[in-house]
Amino acid sequence: MPTPRDLARRNGTLVAGLVLVGLWIATALAAPWIAPHPPDRIDLLAVLQPPSAGHWFGTDQLGRDVLSRVLHGGATVLAIAPAATLLGLALGTAVGLAAACAGRRADEAVMRVLDAVMAFPVVVLAMLVLAFLGAGTGNVILIVALVFAPLVARTVRAAALAEVRKEYVQAARLRGEGIFYVMTMEILPNVRGPLAVEGTVRLGYAVFTSATLGFLGLGVQPPSPDWGLMVSENQGLLTTAPWTILFPALAIALVVAGLGLAADGIKEILDP
Amino acid sequence: MLRFAARRTILLAATLALASVLVFALTDLLPGDVGRIILGPFAPQDAVDRLNHELGADRPAARRYVDWMAGVLRGDWGRSHAFDTPVLPLVAGRLGRSLVLAGAALVILVPLSVAAGVAAARREGGPLDRALTVAGLAVGALPEFVTGVFLILIFGLWLELLPIQALAPDGAGALQRAAHLVMPVACLSLLLFAYLFRMTRASVIEALASDYTRTAVLKGLPERVVIRRHVLRNALPPTLAVAGAQLGWLVGGLVVVETLFKYPGIGSLLHFAATNKDLPLLVGCVIAVTGVFALGNLAADLLHAVLDPRLRHADAA
Repeated sequence: MPTPRDLARRNGTLVAGLVLVGLWIATALAAPWIAPHPPDRIDLLAVLQPPSAGHWFGTDQLGRDVLSRVLHGGATVLAIAPAATLLGLALGTAVGLAAACAGRRADEAVMRVLDAVMAFPVVVLAMLVLAFLGAGTGNVILIVALVFAPLVARTVRAAALAEVRKEYVQAARLRGEGIFYVMTMEILPNVRGPLAVEGTVRLGYAVFTSATLGFLGLGVQPPSPDWGLMVSENQGLLTTAPWTILFPALAIALVVAGLGLAADGIKEILDP
Repeated sequence: MLRFAARRTILLAATLALASVLVFALTDLLPGDVGRIILGPFAPQDAVDRLNHELGADRPAARRYVDWMAGVLRGDWGRSHAFDTPVLPLVAGRLGRSLVLAGAALVILVPLSVAAGVAAARREGGPLDRALTVAGLAVGALPEFVTGVFLILIFGLWLELLPIQALAPDGAGALQRAAHLVMPVACLSLLLFAYLFRMTRASVIEALASDYTRTAVLKGLPERVVIRRHVLRNALPPTLAVAGAQLGWLVGGLVVVETLFKYPGIGSLLHFAATNKDLPLLVGCVIAVTGVFALGNLAADLLHAVLDPRLRHADAA
């Protein structure tokens, strides 16, 4: 077992990524204590102030402190992304395992349906949800999970198909284990590797997608602080008060970069 | 080849049918009892039934679906509530504008990313390869609205090189109109550039390491010929297939980029229809986007099959 120090020396990208993401998670958790101002306190005497000693990231149209809103605004994306990824992984794993174990006919049928589902543009689904179910974090999680599930299902199915033919699975079937037991207790542990790689890659896309959905107005609603929402709310101020947009955009960029680095590092460890 | 094309067309039809059923279910079944909604909760039941009969809402759902599809195919797409105009011409006009944007992005993007991928793969690990890989990772991970904001801040406000709105004022010359499109197109392309670059680079590296490439080099063919006839011939088709599969991202990018750069295309119209709950308009946009997108996918698949004989023969077997 390599010590953390070995790991750090061998896998700098992973450590850099984890530190970056960890910092943002810590910031989001500690925001109520470290933010200099309440994120939604309106101060009409100090609207659209450029960055200064009192307001490091400046203030927005309502005089709210941009730094405080950026510190608080990470919580939504950082909570939505893992939740959506986990839901998508669970759904996809169930479908993928079932397809691999169900025999050729059913497998073929499931994969064709997944092809058709995957061919549907994500944004169209998102817009339909926005119009019919409305905005909300639950709906964002649902959309991201629904988009991820077929992709995960494909990966899991491919890995599980290779396992189904192996002797240990045959042995389990012969000693009379049920199909459900074989799927979850025999095959699932052996597809952990691809599943973990898929999960880390998906997590990055989940941040990407949920930030974009926030920008399009699907996520939390004003006046809640959310990075994507802050960018779209302040769009009109881009020329006059760019700091209201620059800092939330930078925050998203840093989280995504951190996750990308971490995913690369994990991939290196799991399939070198 | 015919069989391959037929199979792909069937898959396309299945996708479109699935999409149309979904849209119909959302717009027709989800809202519930139409007569009851119109007349309110206190109207007597027989009045509700009568109205439902007049509206045709008491017919079986399958029948209503067929009638609705027939209307769509005839060009009867209903009226937009918000614009108070027929949906079809509105959607068609906006779609045209978006195709200009997406087309420009694709025309610039595909050759550029393939060229960059080949250049990087030929000197794997060299300075150009490293620079392009890092740059690709950086821009490839960012959502379009974030890259867009950075582009606007750097080139629009700081350097003041480019206009920050996508639509040029009326009466602007071709050059000025193109200048307005530079940033939206760049924003739309960067993400896919990173992806296509990575794919091309990986498949070119694989092809360069193969035995047939070594044979071609050893029998004395010049490097240009080896690259064009042996390496690219094998490495390019999968890359193009990936490009086709990524058209969905391009559509998503359109919604974001058009909203950010205030460009009146189909993406911003779709977003407008969804936020304002303008159902006929929303349905029109969804039909248009899904249709164009599916056709694009089909085109990419067929192109892939034309370029790669193995694919169409494997499929026929």
